[in-house]
Amino acid sequence: MTTPTSRERILARIRAAVADAPEAPEDVRGYRTRHAPDDPDAVLDLLHENLADYRAHVHRAGPAELPELVARLLDERGARSVVVPPGLPEEWLAASAAERVADGPGLGPAELDAVDAVVTGCALAVAETGTIVLDGGPGQGRRALTLVPDLHVCVVRAPEQVVASVPEALPRLDPRRPLTWISGPSATSDIELDRVEGVHGPRTLEVVLLRG
Amino acid sequence: MSGTFLGMPSFPRAAREAVRDERLRRNLRHATHTIRDKRARAVAELDDWAELREAGKRIKDRTLRHLDTYLLELEERVTAAGGTVHWAEDAAEANRIVTGLVRATGEREVVKVKSMATQEIELNEALEEAGIRAYETDLAELIVQLGEDRPSHILVPAIHRNRTEIRDIFRAEMGRWGRPAPDGLTDEPAELAEAARLHLREKFLRARVGISGANFMVAETGTLVVVESEGNGRMCLTLPETLISVVGIEKVVPTWRDLEVFLQTLPRSSTAERMNPYTSTWTGTADGDGPDAFHLVLLDNGRTRALADETGRQALRCIRCSACLNVCPVYERAGGHAYGSVYPGPIGAVLTPQLRGTTSEIDASLPYASSLCGACYEVCPVAIDIPEVLVRLREEVAGRGGKGHRLEKAAMKAAGWVLDHPGALAAGERIAGAAGRLLPERLPGPGARQWTDHRDLPDLPAEPFRDWWRKNRP
Repeated sequence: MTTPTSRERILARIRAAVADAPEAPEDVRGYRTRHAPDDPDAVLDLLHENLADYRAHVHRAGPAELPELVARLLDERGARSVVVPPGLPEEWLAASAAERVADGPGLGPAELDAVDAVVTGCALAVAETGTIVLDGGPGQGRRALTLVPDLHVCVVRAPEQVVASVPEALPRLDPRRPLTWISGPSATSDIELDRVEGVHGPRTLEVVLLRG
Repeated sequence: MSGTFLGMPSFPRAAREAVRDERLRRNLRHATHTIRDKRARAVAELDDWAELREAGKRIKDRTLRHLDTYLLELEERVTAAGGTVHWAEDAAEANRIVTGLVRATGEREVVKVKSMATQEIELNEALEEAGIRAYETDLAELIVQLGEDRPSHILVPAIHRNRTEIRDIFRAEMGRWGRPAPDGLTDEPAELAEAARLHLREKFLRARVGISGANFMVAETGTLVVVESEGNGRMCLTLPETLISVVGIEKVVPTWRDLEVFLQTLPRSSTAERMNPYTSTWTGTADGDGPDAFHLVLLDNGRTRALADETGRQALRCIRCSACLNVCPVYERAGGHAYGSVYPGPIGAVLTPQLRGTTSEIDASLPYASSLCGACYEVCPVAIDIPEVLVRLREEVAGRGGKGHRLEKAAMKAAGWVLDHPGALAAGERIAGAAGRLLPERLPGPGARQWTDHRDLPDLPAEPFRDWWRKNRP
């Protein structure tokens, strides 16, 4: 498959191409590491605002209110079945009557497509861009779980999972894990630049900001 | 299925056709102006944009200077993480590799994420010849593919089509390739998107092989990054058992941290968003999550040729945001097809002739597809001085002599004088101003007269583009 000669020839051409080039100047990183103020409440408000700006539905709850809220969100969207990723805190779904579907070898793409919703936690959230990041850790599951069902309910623990900016997010993420950065529901502007929410990913994204 | 760029007429002739197409011009005008204004607002939110731009430029320059080192590091990390790395010198080799990999799976169809690199090598056509059907899954690419058409914009490839045309294409063509369009489909964008969702979902669910490009590859970790909006990327990267990514060698960045720059500048420059809806990153294969086989095809296909050009190599910094298309007065009138390449607009005018050489008629005409106004340089998030590269390429074309090139030669010599005097080099607009006075009113070369007759560009600006634009926008 690999032709060693192609590899060697490309590398040789690269070396010849830059042989006479001057050494590149050092990186400069004069940009900000964050734009938001150093105030957890303000950062949480910003996350809320930016998530909503890109058409996620944002809610706030304490631990005691969370089960009722999750149950209501599933209910309102008519979700009768919900995928439960491994490690999801049991109490999050305690008040919901939806059928629980556990992940397992039998849950292929077609089976997942028959499930209405998924409830997950996240790895972190980025306030300045209105982004939640999933890394497949406990309570998040493999990537397909948050992709195929049409409703995604995502719980963000505030303030510990909330960072202000992209430069603050990257060092907290492990690149060896598959990551999914989500900023609002799936969208397209391909037809006359009219924005349409919901093409292939979940058409509805509900984000719950959980205050501990 | 989709058309090919081979045998395209030269830019002036193709542009002449395009400017006569009123609807195309209206669509383009609406699109470019809308995205351009939104981009300006998204960029204005960050008061450190200039610093991000400078950082992005330097990261890319340092990467290109040591490209061999970073590619070898990338190869080592991808391999350690369970992936297989292939090297392709040109389009034919890349197509051979990918075709062989798909054949080895026994599959006869693949799902594809929008990828400039695979369009560049015309992978779909190569797969088709091998009896493998490639389904484009980006909505715009689907429209282009079903319409047996060519993309006209990097970000919104079907921008030359309006909603009614799209409805007609869906009605007529979807049934031939899979699930037909729903009965009574109207031309509402939401309904059209829903039709695409249904049509493509059955393909995603049964797909065993996915093919993608990548926006970035991180050398130190072996991580690939795909930035998208619709979720078709996630589908193609996650559901199949085998994933094949074809990526230009210039897409590598040294460190994970470097993404902090580009994940801020790319979405704002491209879709004018703080962040695009979905970004996927993966490193080799992951147990129980996503494909269990991952192949990375590293593509040269002319990139090392561009790298060897002292002035032209900066074009390899390009992160394919398409901001330069949306501000370009020539693109706005000529449309993407006139550039005869998958890379249209100002960046295409400097990238294509470097990747393919300037020997064909279309490629030799591309460096002239610009008024050198400098707006492209101004919006470029990695500070590619496109006018500077255009001037350099014009010199190359003119230097070969031949008919019709005398005037360019004279103009380019004069422009070269400007380039050699740093005092006159402060901004692209000033190069343009200086060169513009020396350029003929009509573009020389075959077919150019018709093009200049039909375009309604005002004279080349002697003042900064933005001032000129404010005063002159129709």
